[in-house]
Amino acid sequence: MYAQEVKSTGKGVLSLEEMDPVERAFQEKVNAGVKIEPKDWMPEGYRKTLIRQISQHAHSEIVGQLPEGNWITRAPTLERKAILIAKVQDEAGHGLYLYCAAETLGVSRDQMTEQLLSGKAKYSSIFNYPTLTWADIGAIGWLVDGAAIMNQVPLQRCSFGPYSRAMIRVCKEESFHQRQGYDIMMKLCAGTLDQKAMAQDALDRWWWPSLMMFGPSDAQSVHSAQSLAWKIKQDTNDELRQKFVDQTVPQAKYLGLSVPDPDLKWNEEKGGHDFGEVDWEEFFQVVSGNGPCNADRMAARRKAWSDGEWFRDALMAHAEKHSADKVAAE
Amino acid sequence: MADNPTVEFALRMGDNCLVLGQNVSAWCGHAPVLEEDIALANVALDLIGQTRMWLGLAGELEGKGRSADDLAFLRDVREFRNCLLVEQPNSDFGQTLMRQFLFDAWHHPMLKMLSGAADARVAEIAEKSVKEAAYHLDRSTDLIIRLGDGSDESHHRMQGALDRLWRYSGELMAADAIDEAVVGPGLGDIEAQYKDYTSKVFGEATLTIPEAAFMQKGGKVGLHTEALGHMLADMQFLQRSYPGAQW
Amino acid sequence: MSNEWPLWEVFIRGQHGMSHRHVGSLHAPDSEMAINNARDVYTRRNEGVSIWVVKAGDITASAPGEKGPLFEPANSKVYRHPTFFDIPDDVGRM
Ligand SMILES: [Fe+2]
Ligand SMILES: [Fe+2]
Repeated sequence: MYAQEVKSTGKGVLSLEEMDPVERAFQEKVNAGVKIEPKDWMPEGYRKTLIRQISQHAHSEIVGQLPEGNWITRAPTLERKAILIAKVQDEAGHGLYLYCAAETLGVSRDQMTEQLLSGKAKYSSIFNYPTLTWADIGAIGWLVDGAAIMNQVPLQRCSFGPYSRAMIRVCKEESFHQRQGYDIMMKLCAGTLDQKAMAQDALDRWWWPSLMMFGPSDAQSVHSAQSLAWKIKQDTNDELRQKFVDQTVPQAKYLGLSVPDPDLKWNEEKGGHDFGEVDWEEFFQVVSGNGPCNADRMAARRKAWSDGEWFRDALMAHAEKHSADKVAAE
Repeated sequence: MADNPTVEFALRMGDNCLVLGQNVSAWCGHAPVLEEDIALANVALDLIGQTRMWLGLAGELEGKGRSADDLAFLRDVREFRNCLLVEQPNSDFGQTLMRQFLFDAWHHPMLKMLSGAADARVAEIAEKSVKEAAYHLDRSTDLIIRLGDGSDESHHRMQGALDRLWRYSGELMAADAIDEAVVGPGLGDIEAQYKDYTSKVFGEATLTIPEAAFMQKGGKVGLHTEALGHMLADMQFLQRSYPGAQW
Repeated sequence: MSNEWPLWEVFIRGQHGMSHRHVGSLHAPDSEMAINNARDVYTRRNEGVSIWVVKAGDITASAPGEKGPLFEPANSKVYRHPTFFDIPDDVGRM
């Protein structure tokens, strides 16, 4: 998801009996649904996994501003422009809340930024695809925010207090994101032939990358089990992906668009859709830096950071000068 | 030009908000720090909201069935009525903030005065916008002072921005018959307030207003700098490429 | 990197008669800018709120409060509300 590649450091899940008393008390607290707060004792692996997951999530929100921001100046009406600004602004806010949640674990925002800009930290693969047409803004809201919401709703119940609280705020704000995207798609699909073709093209390009957002199959992931036990993850990647497909397919049908998967069909027995295999080779390429926009996204973030350095430093210099004035006046 | 001076006046107010809002919104995702990204987006949102009110009024009074969107997306450069200041490119963050401050220092007293305008519709829009403008002015004033009196580099950048942009400030105050017809006799006060306020703030910011700058003008009658054409090419692209489509 | 703006905890009084509650944190060079930033980040400029900011490093007992109040987005930004978008019932839950 927004944190697709979180490696937890646990060596496999221990049973309560195998744990030492402190760790057992911690795990029992988690099992009972009691929130863990920053000053509470926690296993080192829990802390490290959370820092990785929350900071990856934050980075995704921040980089996620770029593909949609690409259309703010070209939004087709004043209302669409305002909606898109508000939406991208929300994503900046989400990044901010999440960085703050991670900071409670003893890592600074500057450190996390440095990890992002140096290429050490990951962010969601989805934001390395280009927004070529206005329909992409619709498709992102509908599919990408749709997938994100599906992942974030259960994270509100995450065992770590600051993360859970940040997600509650995020989910509240997210509620309009998917709907504004679908609204764009509806308008396009009810529009001219060109507009409808634009909508279908966007679905064709965003469908598979959206499915990749949930991360590789849990069968391949050795880290999921520990994260599930720690309740920093609530559902498996495959469960969420299935849920997403089942929710989205009828929505595409309503729009009169076809989902670009020849293997997609309803499976009565399992009460869900069967669907084709995600191209995981493409996914791993994108995650490791070879997506169509990785270089551009990083360049944009690096430029914002380095161009802004004089501004950040100057405000700090002013504040220091004037707190010195205040002390001198006392 | 329309017979009704309010149409032309509403276009001026609306185009100022639109062009500045469009410029400011381009910072989304590229600002120096997250907190600033969020703050700037608020400013852009306010300005786009105000645009919709002013251009909506202009279209309605004009009586040719043009909506705010028609006016924003289907007029060419020569028909835009914004002042030259707001169309100056974003350049660095210092220039963006200086442009904002020079505009806010005029916009806020102007809206305050318009809240008492004879035309009730004008007064109503001004009333709705004035609080937002007051907040923009607070914010840009604060940042101008901090950056002017910050580090050597920020002082240098802000002085450079002031030197470059001050020449566009005169047009804001240069009132013609249209302004007088809508605003009434108080226009001179705005100019006096502007001079007082900006010199006080620049004094605190340790910045020097360039002496004897030649004041550029033309925006109000549709004579723009080259930057505006590029902005419109970007902003109007979809409406121009797909004529008549609904979005 | 050493010059990072300090972290501030933000407390907001949502309505008259209520106490201030912790809503989150942010970075700012000093307290005045922290207040401005809090207004932009955590209230989206709702009128009539009161904001406290405290430098995070100055807090002694640092257990954050229970979940903070969730402010409604500014009233003029109606499109932030999901109900602004008319999605037909046939589409299902969204
Ligand atoms: Fe988000
Ligand atoms: Fe979102």
